[in-house]
Amino acid sequence: MSTTSAPAGTKAARFSGGLDIPRLLLEGRAFIALIVIIVAFSFLSPNYFTVNNLLTMSSHVAIFAILAVGMLMVILNGGIDLSVGSTVGLSGVIAGFLLQGVNIPALGIAFYPAAWVCVVAAVAVGAFVGWINGTLVSRFGVAPFVATLGTLYVVRGAALLITGGLTYPNLRGEATLGNTGFDWFGFNRVLGIPVGVLFMIVIAAIAAVVLSRSPFGRWLYASGGNERAAELSGIPVKQVKVRIYVISGICASIAGVIVASELTSANPTAGNSFELTAIAAVVIGGAALSGGRGNIRGVLLGAFVIGFLSDGLVIVGVSEYWQMVFKGAVIVVAVMLNRIEYRTKRIKPGNTPGSGQTSKLSNGFENTPAPTA
Amino acid sequence: MSTESTTAIGYPILKAKEVTKRYGGTQALKGVDFEVLEGRVVGLFGENGAGKSTLMKILSGIESPTTGRLELRGEPVEFANTVEARDKGISIIHQELSLCANLTVRDNIFMGREIVGKTGGVDYKAESKVVEQLMDRLQEKIDPDTLLADLRLGQQQIVEIARALSTEARILIMDEPTSALSAAEVDVLFKVIRDLTAHGVSIVYISHHLEEAMEICDHAVVLRDGEIVAQAETKDVSLDWIVGNMVGRNFDLGTPPAVEFGDVALEIDGAKVADPSNPERLSVKGVSIRVRTGEIVCIYGLMGAGRTEMLEAAAGRVPLAGGRIVVHDRDLAGMTIAQRIKWGLTLVPEDRQRDGLVQTMSVGRNLSLASIGTFVKGLFLSPSAEAKLVQKGIGDVRVKTAGPGAAIGSLSGGNQQKVVIGKMLATNPKVILLDEPSRGIDIGAKTEVFNLLSELAEQGLAVVYSTSEVNECFGVANRVIVMSKGRISAEFDAATTTKEQVMAASGESATASTMNGH
Repeated sequence: MSTTSAPAGTKAARFSGGLDIPRLLLEGRAFIALIVIIVAFSFLSPNYFTVNNLLTMSSHVAIFAILAVGMLMVILNGGIDLSVGSTVGLSGVIAGFLLQGVNIPALGIAFYPAAWVCVVAAVAVGAFVGWINGTLVSRFGVAPFVATLGTLYVVRGAALLITGGLTYPNLRGEATLGNTGFDWFGFNRVLGIPVGVLFMIVIAAIAAVVLSRSPFGRWLYASGGNERAAELSGIPVKQVKVRIYVISGICASIAGVIVASELTSANPTAGNSFELTAIAAVVIGGAALSGGRGNIRGVLLGAFVIGFLSDGLVIVGVSEYWQMVFKGAVIVVAVMLNRIEYRTKRIKPGNTPGSGQTSKLSNGFENTPAPTA
Repeated sequence: MSTESTTAIGYPILKAKEVTKRYGGTQALKGVDFEVLEGRVVGLFGENGAGKSTLMKILSGIESPTTGRLELRGEPVEFANTVEARDKGISIIHQELSLCANLTVRDNIFMGREIVGKTGGVDYKAESKVVEQLMDRLQEKIDPDTLLADLRLGQQQIVEIARALSTEARILIMDEPTSALSAAEVDVLFKVIRDLTAHGVSIVYISHHLEEAMEICDHAVVLRDGEIVAQAETKDVSLDWIVGNMVGRNFDLGTPPAVEFGDVALEIDGAKVADPSNPERLSVKGVSIRVRTGEIVCIYGLMGAGRTEMLEAAAGRVPLAGGRIVVHDRDLAGMTIAQRIKWGLTLVPEDRQRDGLVQTMSVGRNLSLASIGTFVKGLFLSPSAEAKLVQKGIGDVRVKTAGPGAAIGSLSGGNQQKVVIGKMLATNPKVILLDEPSRGIDIGAKTEVFNLLSELAEQGLAVVYSTSEVNECFGVANRVIVMSKGRISAEFDAATTTKEQVMAASGESATASTMNGH
């Protein structure tokens, strides 16, 4: 499903003797934008296109890409998850809290859980936040925007309450207490690649397989495309809804652990407004906010476009205020292009002007087998 | 003014010339010449999908014709939208109410053309006064400040009528204006219509209640499959003439399959379903139907008869308010839609765009949507198994498509409908319910769909379909059950029944209306 659009576009272009170059440009826009960004900044700064800088930028991208993978799941369903930024903060705080050691004077107990236990606990909390979101949306019918806006505040407040507004410093742990190793996520490299980037690759790969090859992925695309039709086809649409918010919460907490690890400190305000960057990455990747359209490849491209653009602006010394202006403009242009793409593609039930386009497209689809992964 | 218009009575004030309209793969109008006559009521008759509403949408500026043109008082006109049409004196009362439930009656009536006072704000007092006058005229006690949502459906329809009247239109199109009105309200409406025509207003009147329409219309135009097939002065023709022209020559919609009926497959026992818009009322008030394997049952009824609600309750989409649904000796109470499908009961929904198809998915993926479980190998979907299932589905229901990867919207209405049917058949059902399977598809596709139903019954399925076109009661069905106002009003053996009997039982003619205490 996720890949049908691109080959179809190329094929259509070939059939019509290259007349469809605009369509090709339109469909590959995120990729083209990324190339343009890399080339432009490489000219502007000699430090941009170096292995080291690319890896550094990629580890920045990884945080947003991981968040965006979860966000894509929610957006495919036609929902939105505004709480992921707060969950980044809370999960870091949970890990930091546990790494400081748990002290219960009443029972005379003080213990220091191992680093991996802290990480699992942090991810479990993220999953729980997601479950709350999913339950609010699917069982109680709260609009996703409102439900997750509520948890955005509640979760951020919880993080601040746990630390009393302070930051947990020095999460490296101590060998004597047996809780070292937390900084592995943020500092280590495997085969020269930062651990965060590896996490991004693994999470994206799993998500891509789930979306394209698993029944759950099909349920998700169907219920996002038309929930009523999916429900009447026997798809457990409510269960799908709960699960995607849980996935989004898990992704956010993994990102939160990586952020805390990179800083070796847990700041309760970490991840502030990350949700907006994640949404932007999903949208730049071509997903429709109305649901049913989008794929992992696009989301990764979107995350790289945003990450490489903002880091590039920093490297060439553009002021922070201009950075905001640029980022905002990119997001608006991306959504505009999405609209154009869907308008040419969408086959409105019974709309005359669209029908000419439609038949051309169906020719393009002709040789594409239905179940492309 | 009035003298001027009386001299011009019968003058064709608005003409549609060779108007065609295409929706995707469907030709809704095939070159129609239609005239609105000054100071007269022109009745437009036709079955669902004949193109009546499409023609009215073109006349009132909601849609523009694919080809053809409009002439107003002899001058060519084009309406970009309803506001332009309204400014030229054309107003429409919609079949589906176009009101905002969150606003008051007054705000609804003046929506988009508020009376502005001296201060630049809305002059609510002046508006309320006009509304009160309108309500007096319609003999309805509705306070201008009432929230629309607090009115019952019939009163909402009155508001819709009042809004059209308030524009002081010279041409008034009424698309099913009486579907929710009581008999007394209809009488008042007719008085208003006569008053309007006496003042030179031209009316186009559409209704499924044929006798009622015959009473008010001066001129009758019959539309069938997007073409005007007959027209005459109402006083010169009979109800039979209209019905005969509406349904046309009897298309061969198939014959019932020659199979012995088996055990009772579906048993609906005293089913009650709450009205979704008003949970205190029932839209299905105790319906009992038994269907055997190999049997085809047709449920006939007008809009709002409760057919859809009952079928949706059987499929598990809406809860039952009473009674039970039994499929092959198992009470379905408490089962989810997925469990019902697994047990062998499926529903092909009425509105395929809203409930049947996922527009963002290909033909193949729509076809396999309800049976994803059958092509899972381990954790993953098996592309080869899915391709096989999709190929079989396309062959079984004979979908004409460029391939399984084609966009679902590239298909004609009939083929889209076949995809929805194929999707549900892929689940290997024992009982299949189809809600208006012929809605919005052309006659050729209709025949194919009904032949398919016949084949399914031969294979031992129990088939139930609903329709609002009397012609479709005959053909493949063994039995015709007529529903009216949430109840079964009659049950016929399809082989020995006439269209007139069926229509009478549904409340389309006066005899049935009095029977039901209309």
